[in-house]
Amino acid sequence: MLAYVMRRLAATIPVMLIVAVLVFLMLRLTPSDPAAIIAGDNANSEQVAEIRKRLGLDQPIHTQFVIWMGKTLQGDLGESFFFKKQVTELILDRLEPTVSLAVFTILLAVMVAVPLGVLAAYRQGGWLDRIVMGFSVLGFSVPVFVIGYMLIYVFAIQLNWLPVQGYQRLGQGVGGWLQRLILPSLTLSVVLIALIARITRTSVLEVMNEDYIRTARAKGQTEGRVLIRHALANAAVPIVTVIGLGVAALIGGVVVTESVYTIPGLGRLTVDAVLARDYPTIQAVILLFSLAYVLINLIVDITYTFFDPRIRY
Amino acid sequence: MGYSRRSMLAIAAAAVATIGLAAPAHAQKTLRAVMHSDLKILDPIWTTAYIVRNHGYMVYDTLFATDANGEIKPQMVDKHDVSADQLTHTFTLRDGLLWHDGAAVTAEDCVASIKRWAAKDSTGQKLMTFVDALEVKDAKTFVMRLKSPTGLVLLGLGKPSSNVPFMMPKRVADTDPNTQISDFTGSGPFVFKRDEWKPGDKTVYLKFDKYKPRPEPASGLAGGKAVKVDRVEWRAISDHSQAVNALLAGEIDFIEAPPHDLLPLGLGDANVAYVDWNPWGNQYTFRPNWLHKPFDNPKVRQALFYAFNQEDFLKAVVGDAKYYKLCSSYFPCGTPFSSEKGMDGLLKSNFQKAQELLKEAGYDGTPIVLMHSTDLAVLTNLAPVAKSLMEKAGFKVDMQSMDWQTLVARRSKKDPPSAGGWHAFLTSWVSADITNPIFMGFMNAGCDKAMFGWPCDADMEKLRDDFARETDPAKQKVIAEAAQTREAQVVTHIPLGQWYLGALTRKNVVDMVPAPAPVFWNMAIK
Repeated sequence: MLAYVMRRLAATIPVMLIVAVLVFLMLRLTPSDPAAIIAGDNANSEQVAEIRKRLGLDQPIHTQFVIWMGKTLQGDLGESFFFKKQVTELILDRLEPTVSLAVFTILLAVMVAVPLGVLAAYRQGGWLDRIVMGFSVLGFSVPVFVIGYMLIYVFAIQLNWLPVQGYQRLGQGVGGWLQRLILPSLTLSVVLIALIARITRTSVLEVMNEDYIRTARAKGQTEGRVLIRHALANAAVPIVTVIGLGVAALIGGVVVTESVYTIPGLGRLTVDAVLARDYPTIQAVILLFSLAYVLINLIVDITYTFFDPRIRY
Repeated sequence: MGYSRRSMLAIAAAAVATIGLAAPAHAQKTLRAVMHSDLKILDPIWTTAYIVRNHGYMVYDTLFATDANGEIKPQMVDKHDVSADQLTHTFTLRDGLLWHDGAAVTAEDCVASIKRWAAKDSTGQKLMTFVDALEVKDAKTFVMRLKSPTGLVLLGLGKPSSNVPFMMPKRVADTDPNTQISDFTGSGPFVFKRDEWKPGDKTVYLKFDKYKPRPEPASGLAGGKAVKVDRVEWRAISDHSQAVNALLAGEIDFIEAPPHDLLPLGLGDANVAYVDWNPWGNQYTFRPNWLHKPFDNPKVRQALFYAFNQEDFLKAVVGDAKYYKLCSSYFPCGTPFSSEKGMDGLLKSNFQKAQELLKEAGYDGTPIVLMHSTDLAVLTNLAPVAKSLMEKAGFKVDMQSMDWQTLVARRSKKDPPSAGGWHAFLTSWVSADITNPIFMGFMNAGCDKAMFGWPCDADMEKLRDDFARETDPAKQKVIAEAAQTREAQVVTHIPLGQWYLGALTRKNVVDMVPAPAPVFWNMAIK
């Protein structure tokens, strides 16, 4: 197992290198100029050129790449063109809101979707099954931002139960932190609940006709125990896979959700950096997201061994 | 598990109660504002971005300021003496001016600040061509000696918009003008809370208790800057509809520039008001590129003037006539040099005349590469209107859509339009930036030294120089009119009408001072 993990970790190095090259090239090939944005609308050509020089953007692309790569390999992600702060500092500052949102969303999605999926499978063809399947179609079809605006309209504007926007750090109080996470997490979790519930239902349905389920029932075990201990445990591998995919999909989701709810997390940082063509920040955030994606996949693969002892690496 | 249903309910109830109790208490005197953009850069001399200018007005003070009538009034200056030959200007600072660190503001600080500003700002650069020496006389007095008289001394030092000559401590003003400052000590009415500044989240300012406002009432950017709130927070909400939702829910108090189409949503709430804080408004502008055919020919550029009419542009973008004004003047209506001289018969969509001019110019049907900005609501519909009117006049138009930042990058390219360059684009100016021939960047016809579009006209440059040399406002107006008349012949750009966009505020936010930039002194929360 350890050798497998080490091999997989080693494999992330070429992946990250490819991502680094692609991100760097795509940004430089985009018809944009951070210096012109920084200088402001009233700046003349000389002012823009001066800023371009200061940022090192007047140098050939290969020189810029070598400088950036060299620094990145030493752990220096550079300084943001706009914020006059180290990118590492910016990312660390934005990590808490994004991690909070992601963890809260995943917990919410798993806690709702897995029981729903299991019950839908148990009551296949019944009204609960139809509701869960109908919700799944809806959850897949409606864009995240539409769900966000609908929830805001109902819970923040009409009922005035929850805030429209913003984030409060955990250190400033659990209540405020939780209060500001509910709507964004609900928004993000809708599609995940739809996805996980549907896969859970299908997986549980597949195992419900297996011999060991019949045996468990013949031994007199309760339906609840049969469902959880025997059916769900044996259906776990595809469910874990889809949860892993869901976590990875969250990376895209937080970009939209953080923008809609004005949460100062990594997603919002990404949007701001892209709009401002803040190359060092964009490069660093995309590298970080890519690394997260690779690591999530690795964790999912390792998790399989816990649910299915037949899987060996 | 050992939890009963009752204990679970109790835990849930406690959690809900905790959420309610932990909701942040709203300080009565905190004004929560959403500005047009997030504040990312903090040096108002280093960039011309308006959000940084607005930050500058919070933290820094100015020697002079433009009042509601467009007149320049003393601000930090107590006394301004001009010698009989108009070559020596002596400035004496007011008593009791302090930096946020408690040190006294000195003449030495002001001289260093003027020098740094003048190194970056185009008006400052022009002013310095007249300046022989800037000398500190004593702690509160400094002297500006000129080589020849100029009207730019007050116009420059009282410049209302980017770059504003903000005063900074000497140790800060000594920073290379091309390097951003890292010490944000000012002497303005608010103190910047650097430790609470979170780009992408919020910017915080506290009332500067030791600020000494002038005795006069606030007027435009001049007069007494009395601060009536304890704290101002600029919240970074990039989504306009979310900002309006937050205003309706009472989570914020002020939105600087909500899009026109969201105004009815906000104003549908009895607790929300519209405040026209910028009575001079903004001006739409068409900018041709003089470097490339066919706009290297003045007759082709004049044809544009005959093809366009302002109302089509304003209706398409702004819509509601309450928020726009037809104004056939290069210098915005309502500002001191506004005039319609030389503009007879123009901007009336006289397509026949435009076609005649194109024929005379020998226009060969070269497609005009018109850059179309798609992501800023206040600009998006301009280019399609221009295309339609130009085609009716006989132009062929290749409208290329892109986001504003791409347009900003591309407009600085001098390459031919077929090789990544451009023929024309449309933009908008804050009126305060274009109130005279020197401020108006697009009127600069200094060839390579001009802004993108690179107009080249010696007569126009002479008129601008004459304006800079003139000290009598009445004579300045005559020169400004002559420059406008020359504009109608050479066409460095075309004014396409004035438009207005005020703020949405909670009704308990009162007494905002109308000014060319959004300012927070005098504002109070009832």
